[in-house]
Amino acid sequence: MEYILIGIKNALELILTMDQEVMQIAVLSITTSLISSLIASIIGIPIGFLIGHYDFKGKRIIITILNTLLSLPTVVIGILLFAFVSRRGPLGDLELLFTSKGIIIGQIILALPIIATLTLNTVKDSESQVVVTALSLGASQQQAVLMLLKEIKFGVLGAVITGFGRVIGEVGVSMMIGGNIKRVTRTLTTAIALETSKGEFGFGIALGIILMSISLIINFVLHHFQAGGA
Amino acid sequence: MSKKRMTLVFVLVCLMALVVVGYVSGVKDQRLIMATTTSTDNSGLLDQLIPAFEKGRNIRVDVVAVGTGKALELGRNGDADVLLVHAKSAELEFIDNGYGVNRQEVMYNDFIVLGPKDDPANIKGNSDALAVFKKIAAAEAAFVSRGDDSGTNKKELSIWKEAGIEPQGSWYQETGQGMGASLTIANEKQAYILADRGTYLAYKDKIELEILSEGDPLFFNLYGVMAVNPEKHEGINYDGAMEFIEFIMSKKGQEIIRDFTVSGERLFNPLNL
Repeated sequence: MEYILIGIKNALELILTMDQEVMQIAVLSITTSLISSLIASIIGIPIGFLIGHYDFKGKRIIITILNTLLSLPTVVIGILLFAFVSRRGPLGDLELLFTSKGIIIGQIILALPIIATLTLNTVKDSESQVVVTALSLGASQQQAVLMLLKEIKFGVLGAVITGFGRVIGEVGVSMMIGGNIKRVTRTLTTAIALETSKGEFGFGIALGIILMSISLIINFVLHHFQAGGA
Repeated sequence: MSKKRMTLVFVLVCLMALVVVGYVSGVKDQRLIMATTTSTDNSGLLDQLIPAFEKGRNIRVDVVAVGTGKALELGRNGDADVLLVHAKSAELEFIDNGYGVNRQEVMYNDFIVLGPKDDPANIKGNSDALAVFKKIAAAEAAFVSRGDDSGTNKKELSIWKEAGIEPQGSWYQETGQGMGASLTIANEKQAYILADRGTYLAYKDKIELEILSEGDPLFFNLYGVMAVNPEKHEGINYDGAMEFIEFIMSKKGQEIIRDFTVSGERLFNPLNL
């Protein structure tokens, strides 16, 4: 029990003194996750909207594939991507292995199906109510779609934040593609794994507290937006 | 509300710009990827060696700490530029197959058998590696193996083989993890484990296991450094690798190895001083 208390005490010290290494790791984690969830949003939101709003052949298959991708373990993405970006792999010349760019790509693959699927679901949920109501009230098709876009924004925001939450907490891609290189690709999760294996609970718990705080802040922000919008 | 939103967008844009600038300016210098064993990294030696090497050079060393087997694999695939590992026969094979060049023997320490205080297999003070392993197997006392194809794992397996034992059963557990992680696990399970002395000394204060067997010539642990053959893959930082090898073999590099101690004890012994 004592070592847990000592761990928490060390953690608070490291955080309050803004320990340089801790801050560096946290900043790297937040940066890569922000970039990857942003890119995944730019691609995923339109995909989710199009699939949700329009009917076309093969729609169900695409939805099934997206749902399957939702549960893809991060280590599977890690190993597949590793095979591609290793120097002997097809994308070896891009030199992405053991870089934060490589981590970002893996995280995009991870976040994309989440953001697309959640957007799709939001669109589907609102579709019948908003579009049908708007059309029946005499709105044009264009106006109805605009209404829909307005209606789904909080759902989409939730999708983006869920995607961000998934990538900042993942360890498989960061470990395999990033290689847990100090100062370069060491993220909160890989650092926690390393420190735990080294028996450095204080440092590990400090990083854990930071990681939890980030999730907490994100959820506060989301809640604030959704409450404000209602 | 719209003013508020404008501010928010502005802040977000600024953040993104900061991030991009950070990324661009963060990319500097030449990059040297070193694949090494968890023992050199976990012990803290590299935290001394690498800053000394980087100082005054335009090279940034990125350490990927994996087992020796995986490190050699990274070298074979061209995903690392320089290797610092410890499994002589595997290293020589690596060189013979043309994947590596300029192998040098850097330093040594030794392996030790750690175990719980109550020593259920009764091996304390026995310096005969084969006898110790036989006793552990006969007692079916809990034994933690790295099981990760690392240099330590290779050494452990070779000792079992020489002792004529095929370790299996619930007493023999493979962690598939690095030296530090495996030590932590062995400590939790109060199991025997073969460890390199460097990592043990670095972890001594965090674990309760004791040194129960040491000193057999079989326990000799030699570290080699080598460059990945640039002819096998494009884009290998061969010059950087050669520079690092030159540094680690130089008087300065060897002195850093010699002077690196944890609570007063030397972890690695240089071979070129």
